[in-house]
Amino acid sequence: MSSASGTNSASKPASTRAKPANKAEAAVDWVDGRLGLYSLAKANLRKIFPDHWSFMLGEICLYSFIIIILTGVYLTLFFKPSMAETVYHGTYLPLNGIKMSEAYASTVNISFEVRGGLLIRQIHHWAALVFVAAMFVHMMRVFFTGAFRKPREINWLFGFLLLCLGFFDGFFGYSLPDDLLSGTGIRFMEGAILAVPIVGTYIQMFLFGGEFPGTDIIPRFFTIHVLLIPGIMLGLLVAHLILVFYHKHTQWAGPGKTEKNVVGMPLMPVYMAKAGGFFFLVFGIIAAMSAIATINPVWAYGPYRPDQVSTDAQPDWYMGFAEGLIRFMPGWEISVWGGHTLNLGVFIPLMIFPLVLVAIAVWPFIESWVTGDKREHHILDRPRNAPVRTAFGAAWIALYLVLLVGGGNDLFATHLHMSINTITYAVRVGFFVVPVLTFIVTKRWCLGLQRRDKEKVLHGRESGIIKRLPHGEFVEVHTPLAQKDLHTLTAHEQPQPLELPAETDENGVARKAGVITKTRVKLSEGFYGEGNQIAKPTTEEYHEITSGHGHH
Amino acid sequence: MSENLPEAHGASHGTDVATHGDPFADPGLPAHEPRRTDIDERAAKRAERQVSLLFVVSMLATVGFIASYASIDADKIVYIFPLGHVSALNFALGMTLGVALFCIGAGAVHWARTLMSDHELPAERHPIEADDDVRNDVIEQFKTGAAESAFGRRKMIRNTLIGSMALVPLSGVVLLRDLGPLPEKKLLHTGWVEATANKPIKLVNMNTDQPMKPEDIVQGSLTFAKPEGLEESAEDFQQKIAKDALMLIRIAPEDIKDTKSRDKGFEGILAYSKICTHVGCPISLYEQQTHHALCPCHQSTFDLADGARVIFGPAGHPLPQLKITTDEQGFLVATGDFDEPVGPSYWERPR
Ligand code: FES
Repeated sequence: MSSASGTNSASKPASTRAKPANKAEAAVDWVDGRLGLYSLAKANLRKIFPDHWSFMLGEICLYSFIIIILTGVYLTLFFKPSMAETVYHGTYLPLNGIKMSEAYASTVNISFEVRGGLLIRQIHHWAALVFVAAMFVHMMRVFFTGAFRKPREINWLFGFLLLCLGFFDGFFGYSLPDDLLSGTGIRFMEGAILAVPIVGTYIQMFLFGGEFPGTDIIPRFFTIHVLLIPGIMLGLLVAHLILVFYHKHTQWAGPGKTEKNVVGMPLMPVYMAKAGGFFFLVFGIIAAMSAIATINPVWAYGPYRPDQVSTDAQPDWYMGFAEGLIRFMPGWEISVWGGHTLNLGVFIPLMIFPLVLVAIAVWPFIESWVTGDKREHHILDRPRNAPVRTAFGAAWIALYLVLLVGGGNDLFATHLHMSINTITYAVRVGFFVVPVLTFIVTKRWCLGLQRRDKEKVLHGRESGIIKRLPHGEFVEVHTPLAQKDLHTLTAHEQPQPLELPAETDENGVARKAGVITKTRVKLSEGFYGEGNQIAKPTTEEYHEITSGHGHH
Repeated sequence: MSENLPEAHGASHGTDVATHGDPFADPGLPAHEPRRTDIDERAAKRAERQVSLLFVVSMLATVGFIASYASIDADKIVYIFPLGHVSALNFALGMTLGVALFCIGAGAVHWARTLMSDHELPAERHPIEADDDVRNDVIEQFKTGAAESAFGRRKMIRNTLIGSMALVPLSGVVLLRDLGPLPEKKLLHTGWVEATANKPIKLVNMNTDQPMKPEDIVQGSLTFAKPEGLEESAEDFQQKIAKDALMLIRIAPEDIKDTKSRDKGFEGILAYSKICTHVGCPISLYEQQTHHALCPCHQSTFDLADGARVIFGPAGHPLPQLKITTDEQGFLVATGDFDEPVGPSYWERPR
């Protein structure tokens, strides 16, 4: 805002900037004058990104999400979200003359008459599976390396919400074609809603616009599937990425890498080329997969009818978790408050499902509360160096797998030639036992690995060379580690457990620790107390042993 | 950047605890190691050609995609080993699209890995937290703003504002009311409720649409039935059949363990709701030796010879049974509704 420009603007240019060298520069100058492009790009064009293969897991999530949106828009151009009855007369002869909903008929049309429609449908569904799977693995990466710690807790929550929304949007999308399988899924949902005490029947009536199945559920799901949930997800995703940019990536410990720097390659050109190229790799692979492997062949299932069912009634794998809960739960139904029915057999699984998820969501807060650690963390933990966290994560995965077995108990029964009852009983026991066992085994395994690291630091690496000493003894020569390896192996921190405050304060007045403080100390003991981590080698230990070697 | 090379800063750089001679201290960033393409121009040229080749393949594949779209019929099925019979168009489009996209990606990544600089650079991080000056400044500004609004002093305004803000979302909730009707007693009855002793409703075979006589029901078989008058073309067929569907089985009367259940049947023919009491799947599997019916969804198993008691699985109560008899012409009929609601249980369901 130069004051001169107002008075004699006709004769003088308003800006004192040198003339742009070419058309391109001139165009960018124009944009900068409106949007402040240069200041924006200054910090970011050569922004450093560390390189590690596991960072691509998040990229796969992002790219498959974009693919889902692109193909989804295409599908909405042909799909009719209507439950109006129609009789099919199309090119797919087995269904000819059969009564079905517009939704199902248009899905069959997309598959057989719209050129490329089948491909786009398959890409859409495959990308959705890849999306959820990648979110899972990405989340595990973040969890097991402790990348969720301050300042990234909020981004952990954003990611967590994206996972949950991904689950539900997947379910809604799966339900839309109104085929026999998807209708069965909706029926399942209706039964679950009815099991909610007091308000269950009201929610059911309002959601379905009357009794099951009515004619409203598909159009309503359609709006939720293509507008409501993706809209929220898009917002969360942008926020997630802004935070990733703002926080900068985490990195592994190693020579030259500290909590105060980030080492890697610049955004332009290396990371741009790699990340941009990776989008095409993911898209290309999903397209090829869709050409080769058929997924959700709705034409084979037939239109939905509430009194019919196909035998392989299975949800997509990520819902197998919920399916497992509902299958292994005993059918408890009790009568409460004078004649009301509480369907615990469905309601308890319905509640466990979000509880398990929430336990994961709040983990960062639990961990920082237990450590009392308020600092920022940018160096990743090797999973072995945080045994309790790693064991907890492994227990969670084990629980998930147990439930997946429960959800596919019929498949396991037929493939393993076992009684379905045996499998269900095993899952009931396994639900409680397997996570605990996994926890214990994982923790011990981590401690073993820590011990091995310590051994390596103090005694070096086994060289495979056997040396015979003058007095006849055989020893294996150990090569000492280079300083960069010594540093990498000892760079991790080892938090100490919290201690109870002194019984009396400095004035000698008795001070009682509250229950909360006591639990916190107990938990902290469980995390970092004796037996829960192996003390790192000290400089003294190292010198003692290495100088000892010299005397040989 | 040079200060990050090992020679430049010694062993004590980078860690807070490092002391001189500490074997575990951070030696700093390792020196950059050149790649083949950095020193050998021939290798670099080769990499350049590889990248371009990938981009050319992508172009060809896109042309192939368009050609497939224009020339292959949508309903053409071909046999491709080991995939089996697949849609030719789907396969051609997917493979060409896949190759077109993949080659762009592979080219870009190969380019980045071989020809773009691979110098690792450090960048500084700055704490996310603001320093104390900024913090105190902002808090000061906020306090000034708050004081000027007199929000804290004018308690009446504050409290009524909070009240109105708390209530206003209720409008949104109320607006959802017309999404659907109230439950009332809708879940209590099925279509069979129209049947009375004077005006019984015939049981109609689901497949043949014909009324049935007892001799049509073979011992050990499972027959599906619906009420007479419920046509598939009816507007609300789906909604009706979701509750009215019946399964009929015939068991030798002496094998029926539950006498009440035997009395509701006719000469050993028992009519049970087809809708599972767990979450509502239709039951479709019947084992004639044991008289067990199994729901394919979550494997709830009902003993039809014993009042459809749940013998395994997550269902919470037996399948409701419909009392049947025959009319003057000898057709199977119902003279009333089920004694209890069919399908999954819910809060208001009487027990
Ligand atoms: S619906 Fe029949 S067992 Fe779940």
